[in-house]
Amino acid sequence: MNLRRLAAVARKECLHILRDSRSLYISIALPMILLLLYGYALTLDVDRVAMVIWDQSETAESRELISRFTGSHYFTAQSFVASYKEIEHVIDARQALAALIIPNEFARKLGAGEPTPIQLIVDGTDANTATLALGYAQVVTLIYSQEIILQKVRQLRGQLLTVPVEVRARAWFNPDLESKNYIIPGLIAVIMMVISALLTSLTIAREWETGTMEQLISTPVKGPELITGKLIPYIFLGLLDVLLAVLMGEYLFHVPLRGNVGLLFAMATVFLAGAMSLGMMISIITKSQMLASQAAIVVTFLPSFLLSGFIFSISNMPVFIQWITHLIPATYFITLLKGIYLKGIGLEVLALEAVLLTLFGVVVVLLANFKFKRKLV
Amino acid sequence: MRSNNPGDLAAVVRNLHKQFDGFTAVDQVSFEVKKGEIFGFLGPNGAGKSTTIRMLCGILPPTSGEGRVAGLDIYTQREQIKWQIGYMSQKFSLYEDLTVEENINFYSGIYQINEDTLKRRKEWVIAMAGLQRHRDSLTRVLSGGWKQRLALGCALLHEPSILFLDEPTSGVDPISRRQFWDLIYELTGRGVTVFVTTHYMDEAEYCDRLGLIYDGRLIALGTPEELKVKHMKDAVLDISCERPMEAMGMIHQLDSVKEVTLFGNDLHAVVKDAAKAKSAITLLLRKKGMSLFRLEKIDPALEDVFVSLIEAQGKSTYTAGKNS
Repeated sequence: MNLRRLAAVARKECLHILRDSRSLYISIALPMILLLLYGYALTLDVDRVAMVIWDQSETAESRELISRFTGSHYFTAQSFVASYKEIEHVIDARQALAALIIPNEFARKLGAGEPTPIQLIVDGTDANTATLALGYAQVVTLIYSQEIILQKVRQLRGQLLTVPVEVRARAWFNPDLESKNYIIPGLIAVIMMVISALLTSLTIAREWETGTMEQLISTPVKGPELITGKLIPYIFLGLLDVLLAVLMGEYLFHVPLRGNVGLLFAMATVFLAGAMSLGMMISIITKSQMLASQAAIVVTFLPSFLLSGFIFSISNMPVFIQWITHLIPATYFITLLKGIYLKGIGLEVLALEAVLLTLFGVVVVLLANFKFKRKLV
Repeated sequence: MRSNNPGDLAAVVRNLHKQFDGFTAVDQVSFEVKKGEIFGFLGPNGAGKSTTIRMLCGILPPTSGEGRVAGLDIYTQREQIKWQIGYMSQKFSLYEDLTVEENINFYSGIYQINEDTLKRRKEWVIAMAGLQRHRDSLTRVLSGGWKQRLALGCALLHEPSILFLDEPTSGVDPISRRQFWDLIYELTGRGVTVFVTTHYMDEAEYCDRLGLIYDGRLIALGTPEELKVKHMKDAVLDISCERPMEAMGMIHQLDSVKEVTLFGNDLHAVVKDAAKAKSAITLLLRKKGMSLFRLEKIDPALEDVFVSLIEAQGKSTYTAGKNS
């Protein structure tokens, strides 16, 4: 590899990027727009579930129970109704996701110490939210029941009773269990994977389409010089995107960045080099900008989104699919980002991921060079 | 002046052959190119011109046969060949979004031309292409002729001894073509060998020697004059008459006429015996009541030679000289 030729290619590529202002804007604005859209829309938290309430009892006890629901930030009272017909209407219209029905004899049964059922209806069309809402409702009711029991025991025995076993839960690294805290770092990885491959997928194909490749291959320039020279400016562009994404995470989404920022950018560089070489390889194989850009999106987006552990936990996937996830570079980068962001850990824990990410980059770069050589003959 | 001493040869190929999946692009081609000459490679599109040039430039390895360019083997010394040659492909492959100077700088970097030499070479290229006032213009806005000369300049930055031009004048206006050929003559005057492919017959006349390639095979080789004498034993008659299209069909029926082709508004007839054919044609047209404006024996043009050679190959007619 000759540095002079490498520099000539890198400088030329830099000029291409700067001259094509439209593509430049897109490559900077698109990641930010995607981060904004997904960052706000892709929240997995369920809180303030809209609820309609039919209080048939209308007693101090029933109102106490209702206040337990509405007092938690998990539910809000959308409206009070007085028939199943109204409940049906409100849920059909998606004005509420749940309905709480407190029966007529609620206070009476409670006073008599009889079991007192209450009814909770949830909109099962959104199974995930429904499950979470049911869980919340159960906890709210359980705590309420527990208090009543404890109170009764105290009245009977005249002394305080403690609950024998009690869970004191604490979520490390994300105490409030806010989904944005793990979605944003993952999102940076997914978006950068797609953008990187997309950007470089055009470069070699463009040279084939305009005929400049024909000229280049008659010169002493070598494949690795061409491929590396083209990668360099794009990696800087990618790092600029990562910087903007990190700044948005910090100041817009308030995701805590506990680890080493230097390590984050070092790993991002390795990741970008791999992802961009993948785009380059697609460009080399297809020789067409149209085809290359489409292939780049298909190859990167869905696997990175679905199979990287970004949202769906890898350990819950079938073993066969779990194997596939190891081939997806975003898997390692997401683990690295979440580790650096939320746990503040470094290479002492993340060494394996760092090595595998590097390995991916090296393999793809070599493959791209190999494919390039093959295409020329 | 010129001899056949191997040291005086810029390129030699023997039985050069290139097979692609299912078809033969170049079929057992042999020729020599002497140092300092303009060697023209003439043939229709798809005849194998570009494939041959790409094998000589070290871009494409041949299937079989031997070849040396600037004394270097086209199989094993392909990388070294690239330093000795300049290549200009059909599309003037410049970067349109780069300025004139940026294009020159890029190729200088690729050829590792050092700073001092670069300054001199850059000025030479800019002066040669007449781009003094357009150094900072984007290449995109330049006319075809300018792009062509800039591409030529970029291919000459490293002062190669052999220049390969693949259809260098396609898509360029006639005045620019003329200027381009003046440049080529200037280069050969300084000892550069030029290997040029074309399908323009008038350009072929500018070459010192010509190879005619058709369907992958080299069907004739020699100077333009040699080709006309050697391959044109028959005479060519120029006929100018009323309703030439109609006349062509009738003249074709005559026994004394071997071939008739339309040549502008005239007809060119290839005949064995000029005198006999002349009287037959005159008689025929008079009988049909069509006016005959001119009928004379002319020197065959390369186009006639080429047409008759291809006819001899038993192939369908090729309308040479028409840009396709």
